[in-house]
Amino acid sequence: MQDVVLALLAKGPSYGYELRQRLLTALGPLGSAVNAGQVYVTLGRLERGGLVESTEVGQAYRPDRRVYELTAAGHERVATWVAEVDWPKPAPAEFHLKLTAVATASLADPVAVADSQRRELMRRLRDVEQALLAESPQSAASLLLEGTVLHLQAGIRWLELCAEHWGKRKASR
Amino acid sequence: MTDRSRQVLATRGLSKVYGHGPSLVRAVDDVDLEVSAGETVSVMGPSGCGKSTLLYLLGGLERASAGEIQLAGERVDRLSQTRWARLRRYAIGFVFQAFHLVDELTAVENVELPALLAGAAPRRARQRANDLLDRVGMADRARHLPAQLSGGQKQRVAVARALVNEPLLVLADEPTGNLDTAAATDVLRLFAHLRSAGQTLVIVTHDSRVAATADRLMSMRDGAIVDQTRLGPRPSTMDNLVASVGLEEAP
Repeated sequence: MQDVVLALLAKGPSYGYELRQRLLTALGPLGSAVNAGQVYVTLGRLERGGLVESTEVGQAYRPDRRVYELTAAGHERVATWVAEVDWPKPAPAEFHLKLTAVATASLADPVAVADSQRRELMRRLRDVEQALLAESPQSAASLLLEGTVLHLQAGIRWLELCAEHWGKRKASR
Repeated sequence: MTDRSRQVLATRGLSKVYGHGPSLVRAVDDVDLEVSAGETVSVMGPSGCGKSTLLYLLGGLERASAGEIQLAGERVDRLSQTRWARLRRYAIGFVFQAFHLVDELTAVENVELPALLAGAAPRRARQRANDLLDRVGMADRARHLPAQLSGGQKQRVAVARALVNEPLLVLADEPTGNLDTAAATDVLRLFAHLRSAGQTLVIVTHDSRVAATADRLMSMRDGAIVDQTRLGPRPSTMDNLVASVGLEEAP
């Protein structure tokens, strides 16, 4: 979240409410998952870390608001984040070892374990799919949902291979 | 509102075998299936698992080796080819992976064809075809030949055609198999509309994305249904969404 808020500020000085609105636009139907205080808490942390600085700006008919902007260190951190090639870790290793252990120790049928995991991913896929079909194809949030669909599909495909593999092992014993 | 308790399709011990002796292949092996009115059921499995054969049995395009099929409570597995052809005309709509549109006919002519074959008055058939093309977002392409349409557009025309005689049941075989992601999304959106309109739908596919649009999922392996699950709707949809997109890791 810190990197995201910093990147939102890269366009120029802004205040909490506006940053939150930009975040909501990008997330579409998932915006409600980001609670209202989160952006302000993050801004506070970033300021204590010297990555942003803020000033009070008076408004005619409303309470003063705090405008935030990136410091030099903040700009540097955004540039580093943009150039990073980190990727959310996929989790096949742990599940693979779970299936192996289950089969080796005869704890359960590995095919049934893979199938029940696949059912769960199918249910998640349905939820994401419904949200995606309700979005306008042009919205930025639909791209987020599209990425999630592809990710879940890859997981489901792999679980099918797991079930196939352990099914054959069972048949040949 | 559709009566969801009404059973549209049911099978008991449905089987299809090819060959005999040591070369015997059980393409469909003892399948029991029930589909209620307004329900979307997907059958998912790797290629060669027998899911297309199952769909062909359900639509009478192939004859079962054993077992029963009931359509709206009537046994249909012993019908003659002629009776099956009639049934397909009035009660069952098909959507195929390769669209199967008639190349020489325009979109609207393709859609109205099954209505004309079923004896509808030409003016009535044309009107219904135009209404359906409008429903699938293809009203402005009604006079185009299939060659002038993209894959996704062809499939939307094919879906309109499947619906023209207001079938009891629509059977779809890999409906997005020949489409890119964006076109597949259009077709899936269309299926979602059909489902909310109460259309009963059976989809066979190897594509998890297509399968996930159903109310109920059946998994097939080596000709048999090995797994059945209800996919939704679920009460905790937002939580699942958040977990799926990776937002929950935000501090």
